[in-house]
Amino acid sequence: MGPILLLTLIIFLPTIGAIALLAVPKDNDEYLRIGALGVTVVTFVLTLFLLGDFNTDDPAIQPVFEVIQVDGATEPPDLKLLANYDLSEGKVMRDGQEVQVQRGITIPWIRTWNIEYKLGYDGISVPLLLLTSFISVLAMMASWSIKKMVRGYLILFLLLETGMLGVFLALDFFLFYVFWEVMLLPMYFLIGIWGGPRKEYAAIKFFLYTLLGSVLMLIAMLMFYFGSAAHSDQTSTFDLLELAVIAQNGLFDQQMQMIAFVLLFIGFAIKVPTFPFHTWLPDAHVEAPTPISMILAGVLLKMGGYGILRIAFPLCPFGAHWAAYTLVVIGAFSIIYGAFAAMAQTDFKRLVAYSSVSHMGYVIVGMAVWKLSVDTNALHHWQLGINGAMFQMIAHGVSSAGMFFIVGVIYDRVHHRDLNQFGGLSKLMPWYSGLAAGIFFAGLGLPGMCGFIGEIFVTLSAWNYSPLLAIIVAAGVILTAGYILWTIQRVFLGPEYRGPHAEEITPMNGREFTVAAVLLAFAIILGVYPPIMFDLMGGSIELLTETLQQGLENATDATSTAGLPGN
Amino acid sequence: MFDTLLELFVFDVQNSLQRFAPELTLCVTVVAMLLVRLFNLDRHVPSYWVALGGTLISFFFAFTDFNMLKMESFDLAQQTIFTGLLVFDGFTIFFRLFLLLFLILVIALTVLSGIPDNEDGADFYVLLLGSTIGMMLMSSANHMLILFLGIEMASVPGYVMVGFLKGRKKSSEAAFKYVVYGAGAAGVMLYGISLLTGLLGTADMVEIASRMNAVFAGSESVGMGDATARTVILALVMILAGFAFKLSIVPFHFWCPDAFEGAAAEIGGFLSVASKAAAFALLARFCVAFSTGQADNLKEFYMYVGIGIGAIAALSATFGNLAAYAQTNVKRLLAYSTIAHAGYMLMAISALVVVLNEPAGDLFARLDADGDGVLTRQIAEQRYQYDVPELYRSDIAIIFDQLGKNSITQAEFVEQAKDPAVVHTLHRGLGAQALEGLLYYLAVYMFMNLGAFAIVALIRNHIFSEELEDYKGLVHQTPALCICMLICMFSLVGLPPLGGFVGKFMIFATLFEAGAVHWSMWAILLIGGVNTVFSLVYYIRVLKVMFLAERPADARPALIPFRSAPSMYCVMVTVPVLALGIFVEQLSYTARQVASILF
Repeated sequence: MGPILLLTLIIFLPTIGAIALLAVPKDNDEYLRIGALGVTVVTFVLTLFLLGDFNTDDPAIQPVFEVIQVDGATEPPDLKLLANYDLSEGKVMRDGQEVQVQRGITIPWIRTWNIEYKLGYDGISVPLLLLTSFISVLAMMASWSIKKMVRGYLILFLLLETGMLGVFLALDFFLFYVFWEVMLLPMYFLIGIWGGPRKEYAAIKFFLYTLLGSVLMLIAMLMFYFGSAAHSDQTSTFDLLELAVIAQNGLFDQQMQMIAFVLLFIGFAIKVPTFPFHTWLPDAHVEAPTPISMILAGVLLKMGGYGILRIAFPLCPFGAHWAAYTLVVIGAFSIIYGAFAAMAQTDFKRLVAYSSVSHMGYVIVGMAVWKLSVDTNALHHWQLGINGAMFQMIAHGVSSAGMFFIVGVIYDRVHHRDLNQFGGLSKLMPWYSGLAAGIFFAGLGLPGMCGFIGEIFVTLSAWNYSPLLAIIVAAGVILTAGYILWTIQRVFLGPEYRGPHAEEITPMNGREFTVAAVLLAFAIILGVYPPIMFDLMGGSIELLTETLQQGLENATDATSTAGLPGN
Repeated sequence: MFDTLLELFVFDVQNSLQRFAPELTLCVTVVAMLLVRLFNLDRHVPSYWVALGGTLISFFFAFTDFNMLKMESFDLAQQTIFTGLLVFDGFTIFFRLFLLLFLILVIALTVLSGIPDNEDGADFYVLLLGSTIGMMLMSSANHMLILFLGIEMASVPGYVMVGFLKGRKKSSEAAFKYVVYGAGAAGVMLYGISLLTGLLGTADMVEIASRMNAVFAGSESVGMGDATARTVILALVMILAGFAFKLSIVPFHFWCPDAFEGAAAEIGGFLSVASKAAAFALLARFCVAFSTGQADNLKEFYMYVGIGIGAIAALSATFGNLAAYAQTNVKRLLAYSTIAHAGYMLMAISALVVVLNEPAGDLFARLDADGDGVLTRQIAEQRYQYDVPELYRSDIAIIFDQLGKNSITQAEFVEQAKDPAVVHTLHRGLGAQALEGLLYYLAVYMFMNLGAFAIVALIRNHIFSEELEDYKGLVHQTPALCICMLICMFSLVGLPPLGGFVGKFMIFATLFEAGAVHWSMWAILLIGGVNTVFSLVYYIRVLKVMFLAERPADARPALIPFRSAPSMYCVMVTVPVLALGIFVEQLSYTARQVASILF
């Protein structure tokens, strides 16, 4: 399968599935669910193909095409997929010869505005793509608990998946923005129709927050589009790779980078979410149905982090460095604030939601520990931080999806989430309690489980940046342990269950068991053998930090030679 | 001597009539409908067949023109007809096509929704077609007389149509309000036109620019201190007030919610799209005719006019969106939404006027970033890239070509920019881009707004209500209509991948670029962006009621199955909304091509 077809199918197979579901009669709930599950499974398999195609030695965007230029021809050059190649000093070599390449697939979409259908993947997006399609399968398996308007639910779910996968594959800013927004509509209705008692409030709050962030992103997008006109060899461009190169050469002036970074960061921070922009999250999580909470926590929050790494950092290195300290402070504050807020909750799901705010704080801290110094090791510390942040995103995707699923399982039985009315579940549901304890420990950051790796990497890298902040960040681990252990105590331990609907507590069924067990298994695998992720993303992160460093230096130098057109 | 004149006259009339075929066909259709009624044939042939047939033929003529020009070149076709009263160019043809397509859709809607009944059919369609002829005149006006005539011709049938539901108190009240406002606005506008015409000694729009240059040739700066300038400002404000009334722009919007609430939803849909589109076409022509000022002082003056338009646009968008919050009647809510959308579209006009009138000295300073007072050709071309290779070439190059040098000083640049040939092309790329946004927005707006009004009309036929309260849980009974409503409304908000987003994106992009000319455009962009977020709340309130609520048991049922004409009609109107969000290139290219003709 050619890369164009593969990437397009990964994005649009769920949409095709959604359209196909329209053809199935409305009341065949079981067929509809199995069909939709089939679509998500096939999409997952397709992302595995992608993993197979992925060349871990090449840190930059793939797939790589060789450009075959015929001398004197006016037509666009032919492109041939390059399968075997070596890299030396950033140049692509085949049989010892340098070849001219184009990275990512590029199909013109709106030529009057130079907008392209440009897709590609590297070490940063591949893990997140896998996470997305994987969590989608599990969330779809968890969707058997949805009984109302099943067809509509499944169609919206699949459209949501298209949006998510599109975001991680798009390399054109405009296309990215389109996919980013495409998710809003399904999400609004998934929370608004199938959610809990305050669903309408939660849904509109989510929608408004994200839309506000998107508008800021749109303005930043225009800044780059028109800012690129003077430096690009064609006209203005939305091509993220080209824009990143312009930024790397320091050709976006400093003031613009600072403004654009603030706009982009707010847009992405709303999605992450970090402290001042997080208030939509507890509401949305609490009201959303279980599978959608899994998606929200497992995938949607990662888009914020991904956006920062893919767009905000590469396009404004100077702005990013300028704001680094603020970012670390915001991240550290989110960690502590989220942990304390989680501790104060009596609603089980709200607790898990605040724990997400806390855990995503590590992601921001890890990305932002960019210390400028002559010491060459400084860059290594930062790479450690970004590696930690990326790992934390994957780990949180697994563990928080698991935690929301665990909450959902018990909520389906007893129809309440009041922590003070739980207790003694370990006797009634031994398997459930065992799996739940495992997943919660993963969230807690117990060594040997996935949460630990991300947190320790981030903490270590933060020490080099600012010891004080590292201590604060490390304190977050203790608080996390506090609220999670307390939760386990209140829910699973204790003599007996005294809350309502005690008679409905039944052991997990096979489907529920599978979802929880798979998530726990991945939490352990990632914790025991983290290189499966680090091998994928290490190279790309190294390349990213080096380019950013260059971009920063060039932008700082550019003050003396401001105004000269690009090279 | 006389023979030659006669020959010329005959030739002009022949040529003009040929170019005027679509309008003539509509005129013939109007007469035919009245005759059919006179001879009592309308019992056998319903008037809508006559109206639809005539419109289709007219559409065919317009489409042939369009295709012919598309194959050759739009530039070649530009000519004035009827001794310079009308202009026939790509822009005219674009709007003819637009209005006729819209007319077909509206006639189809009225057939489906049953307003008017067969008894009143002839009257109604005569008014509808007559109004459209007026709008088509507006879009091709080349003379202030036609400007006024077109607006009146489009408006007067509109007044009657608003009051067409005879016996309904609200409807008559709405029509009365509309007439009084309309008459007032027309009077003010006519006074403005007469002032301007008196000052310039011509009513020909082509002549305005050069006469204005002549009038202000001696003055140092054009401002309130100058008596002539004060007259021009007064005239412009009055003329723009007339436009603002047609566009329902704040503060001339008061008629709009009442008229739309009182009129049938079909009429609301027609007026909100067609008359706005025609008024925008006319306004664009008017502004371009004005904006080819040559001296820097005049340009600066026009630029402030543009900023003023922008301020009104921002006010209109904000007011429309805020006022829509409190509405409980869906038609009234949509009326406020059209006020907001007129605001967004007016932003494009304001950006147009601002970019067209950037003083040459400022432009030079903007391009000459290193500030050494000398601009080289290479840097200028690199920093001023607004060309579309197939349509027109890099604008700035012409200055260097004229001078025959590759680097230029500020004084030389400003001197060159006064040359009429240069003025015409210098801002062409940016201006075309601003208009492209407007045209694209209008095209999407036609479908999304008509869709919303059509759904309101079709649902009304079942539940006999247009109150939001009665829309509860409709999705369980008419899923197709509700999903179409969802797509139209999200497009009105401006969410991708729907057409409304693309239109909004283009307008915002132009505003951003105009911000480099004057910072106030950035403020307007920001207001526009924030408004997008505001507007979500009330659109989604409608959707919330339709989708999230349960249908009360005692509510009147609105069972419209998917396989029925009304559902199919809504799907047909909604599909383009989605398609224009995905297949953007074709229309975007055509719009830019059409827009570039004006410069």
